[in-house]
Amino acid sequence: MNRLQDAVVYLNDPFNWTRPNGIVDLLVEHLRISGLAVLVALLIGVPVGALLGHTGRGGGFVVGLSNVSRAVPTLALLTLFAVTPIGFGPTATTIALAVFAIPPVLSNTHVGFRGVDRDVVEASRAMGMDGRQVLLRAELPLAVPMVMTGVRTAAVQVVATATLAALVAGGGLGQIITLGFRQQDYGAVLAGALVVAGLAVLTELALAVLSWAVTPGQRQLPWTRLRVRRRVQATSPL
Amino acid sequence: MLAVDAAPNPWFDPSYVTREWDTIVDLAGEHVRLTVGAVVLGALIALPLALLARRSRWLAGPVLGLSTLIYTIPSLAMFAFIAPATGLTTTTVLVGLVLYSLVILVRNFLAGLRSVPPDVREAAQGMGYGPVRLFWQVELPLALPSFIAGLRVATVSTVALVTVGVIVGHGGLGQLITGGFAANFYRAEIVTGVVGCVLLALIGDLLLAGAERVLTPWSRRVAA
Repeated sequence: MNRLQDAVVYLNDPFNWTRPNGIVDLLVEHLRISGLAVLVALLIGVPVGALLGHTGRGGGFVVGLSNVSRAVPTLALLTLFAVTPIGFGPTATTIALAVFAIPPVLSNTHVGFRGVDRDVVEASRAMGMDGRQVLLRAELPLAVPMVMTGVRTAAVQVVATATLAALVAGGGLGQIITLGFRQQDYGAVLAGALVVAGLAVLTELALAVLSWAVTPGQRQLPWTRLRVRRRVQATSPL
Repeated sequence: MLAVDAAPNPWFDPSYVTREWDTIVDLAGEHVRLTVGAVVLGALIALPLALLARRSRWLAGPVLGLSTLIYTIPSLAMFAFIAPATGLTTTTVLVGLVLYSLVILVRNFLAGLRSVPPDVREAAQGMGYGPVRLFWQVELPLALPSFIAGLRVATVSTVALVTVGVIVGHGGLGQLITGGFAANFYRAEIVTGVVGCVLLALIGDLLLAGAERVLTPWSRRVAA
């Protein structure tokens, strides 16, 4: 309990927030690295996933990629780019995180586009749409929920993993925790853990709301899913 | 740019592996112990939770919601939360790993239990099976593929997560990764740690896949 008080004291000291390399600085750095990584993953993962799903090719490749990516320790990925000529620092961290974020975006996009009802695709072809139009105007809107799930998974993973960068001299909020461990200051360790965990949970919530906002048609927040499904069941048997 | 780039610093160096073999085996042993301990403990806790969650609809929501929340928390922060209570020991790493494996296991166990067709359960009950026998002889075999799928995912992701344990000095093969990083970016040591982790994950996955084949002979016969 004493350490929890230390953590509260640490978090209540404005100096710890505003000083150079304080919580605010690290937070900005953390978000910049994570945001950039997610953006890169989106730019690569969504088009590739959409094309593979649209053409129905490469399913095995996508599954294999997402399985292998789970086995590679994220710490390893962060380290490997740092020992290449890129050198350690924000660039290596961003590249590693982007590589790490591509599989969830890619596989969810692929599943989303694969999962579009074949009847819908045929109907839109019959209406005279070419491949491009089918992809953008029929499949994309229907795949948006799955794509957004992938984006959310990737973004939360990236925000969580960016904390590990501190272990290999990259930037970000993890520095509060690693520095705390090095100085045997468990108050700071707890304070850092609280900030980091809070940021991760906030990211999850913010992106859940975002995916609700960009989903066309029947919208549902993740936590209202059960109720919606039950209502559909109640009205469907006619 | 860096001075180390001038010195020979190969990615793969067999002589490093032979020279440091004892250390590598020690760390791999710690890695395996932590992984197996976490997955076994996680399974022992997840099974009753999944059974409870299936029984009552109002419990399922909170159980799944809480486990999702746990998974959102970054691993470094998780170990940092636990360390002040348990110190710089393997317990810290183990508790964190169990919490993460629970998330995966409860979900898969619950999905497995729910996949048992209700008429099969009713038929067994009609034949006079009590709850214990119903579970062991009917539900468990039918839910086994889903159980093992959960164990496989949990094992693979736990192997990767163990490395973060370096923050409290017990990261198994992760020690090689940060060790090589600290020793002037010694690539051979880092690569050994990474390859070791991936190999361990692969072996664990294969062992569990084999166990599934052995334990569910009926599905093999259908496939053939």
